[in-house]
Amino acid sequence: MVEQILSVSGLKKYFPVQKSFVERLLSGKVDYVKAVDGIDFEIRKGEIFTLAGETGCGKTTTGRLIVRLIEPTAGKIVFEGRDITHLRGEELRKLRRRLQIVFQDPYASLNPRMRVGDAVKHPLEIHGIAEGGEAKKLVLEMLERVGLTPPEQFYNAYPHQLSGGERQRVALARAMILKPDFVVADEPVSMIDVSLRARILELMLELKRELDVTYLFITHDLAVAKYISNRIAVMYLGKIVEIAETREFFTNPQHPYTMALISAIPVPDPKAKRKRMILKGETPNPINPPSGCRFHTRCPYKMDICSVEEPQLLDIGNGHYVACHRVS
Amino acid sequence: MGHLLEIKNLKVYYYTRRGAVRAVDGVSLYMDRGETLGLVGESGSGKSTLGLSILRLIPPPGKIVDGKIVFDGMDITSMPEDEIIKIRGKRISMVFQDPMTSLDPLMKIGDHLIETIMVHENVSREEAEKRAKELLESVGILPDRFNDYPHQFSGGMRQRVMIALALALNPDLIIADEPTTALDVIIQAQILELMKELKKKFNAGIILITHDISIVAEMADRIALMYAGQLMEFSDALSIFEEPLHPYTEALLQSIPNIQLSDQKLRYIPGSPPDLINPPSGCRFHPRCPYVMDVCRVKEPPMIEVEKGRMVKCFKYS
Repeated sequence: MVEQILSVSGLKKYFPVQKSFVERLLSGKVDYVKAVDGIDFEIRKGEIFTLAGETGCGKTTTGRLIVRLIEPTAGKIVFEGRDITHLRGEELRKLRRRLQIVFQDPYASLNPRMRVGDAVKHPLEIHGIAEGGEAKKLVLEMLERVGLTPPEQFYNAYPHQLSGGERQRVALARAMILKPDFVVADEPVSMIDVSLRARILELMLELKRELDVTYLFITHDLAVAKYISNRIAVMYLGKIVEIAETREFFTNPQHPYTMALISAIPVPDPKAKRKRMILKGETPNPINPPSGCRFHTRCPYKMDICSVEEPQLLDIGNGHYVACHRVS
Repeated sequence: MGHLLEIKNLKVYYYTRRGAVRAVDGVSLYMDRGETLGLVGESGSGKSTLGLSILRLIPPPGKIVDGKIVFDGMDITSMPEDEIIKIRGKRISMVFQDPMTSLDPLMKIGDHLIETIMVHENVSREEAEKRAKELLESVGILPDRFNDYPHQFSGGMRQRVMIALALALNPDLIIADEPTTALDVIIQAQILELMKELKKKFNAGIILITHDISIVAEMADRIALMYAGQLMEFSDALSIFEEPLHPYTEALLQSIPNIQLSDQKLRYIPGSPPDLINPPSGCRFHPRCPYVMDVCRVKEPPMIEVEKGRMVKCFKYS
């Protein structure tokens, strides 16, 4: 039996749509963007689980729900056997020590007035792990560990003096200094130049081994997902449409949306001969998602049932889950 | 007949308080009619500045300080402003990265096209409208959206409008600066297919500026790879991928994940791109180059033609 570290069930997050006063008078009802609309998955201890999907599919919202930065509308989040959905105050603070997040934009996620050393040291002080000279020693070690050398120099630098790649290392150091058990990494390399991306990914893998941490990796880039993940889940309009082991995911994709996503990825080889499956149209509005299967408006294999009944996420063997009427 | 576009030893500097940023520093390249040139580089390599300089759109404090840009036999660098206006948009057009900000929010989609056509050509409004509708149709936008405003369009649809605008006057050259970077992969695939299709139909040359070498693999006939304001390798697309010559090209190709490979080992390039106010001496890539030799630190390598149509700026080949 594989040990689970985190599971979510029936997780939902609806954001109310901002309307003008006149619009409210006229309609009277509040619309919601159904960013995450009932998802279930579990993450095994020590794995890298990827949530992939396009803009607006709900992957980032899911990551934020899990670290409890936003409150879910419904559903349950269980971390190491304990329901953390409604933790507050001191309890939540204690949880955060073990559950960290790294954001996409290293230009926005660091306080511009805080020196790098202080930013990385801050979590140690908040959680009362170390202070003064001892904290500084831990920070210097961590900076060196993420490749910011010489660490003394980076300790006193301000974020604006660093490149994007260096800032992302600072963000990693800040998350990792608490030796968390679980880290949500939200598009950690998408703003980093390609020549440096592989180094950040490698660093994440090294830290994972050393600190025995589990990752929820969030990305729009399936090529990066393939490189780093053990398992991949694809989201579309707030729902999970497929979950599979990485190899199975790429060799035997079952959901038509997954197939389209894979075939849309450009390949760095001019001789690659591929039959592209190009979807028509664009992702529908998440305020009024299509009935039945949300993908049916763009699906090349659409059947009558698809616009009426929502397909359930079913296990088709070997831990491969698909939500599609063609498969069930 | 000469090349459609020939750039000779172009230098574009931005004069900032800290000093001159040598964004483009001695670039020479050429392209022919109907060809797609992939201009590739990481952020800060000078690829966008190079693209803008072809239209003479360098924003201040930037300036073309040296070199020549010859388009269809005419020297663009020395042309008076009132003549460049006749070329800009008409013979050379541009598609920008961000379709959200490059359309006028107060103007209907159709009017964007009608105005573009009528400014440059002596046609009636009816004629311009007819052509505008045909153009929108060729990029996959139905005529019933003619009177919509930009905010009613999604990012992908707006980029289609931008492409229709770029094609409106049958240009010889289209400069597309990161045309799909702001779009999701599935929409990106749609736009790339559209560009391939339209290229055949309109027979225009395209300069595709991108940081994503995978896109260029799919689209380009020739590739120009920039690093720190200079051209490192300039060659036909196939050779670049089959047998990269420059150490930077080689390292860059090994740092991109490829979904068609299993158990790929990714490489990265140690260090980071240089400051273009004080670029490294000698070859600009030498501080990050695994094959660095003594000469690389002191002398700038020349562009060496290894075989016909394959050029590389590296002492390994001299």
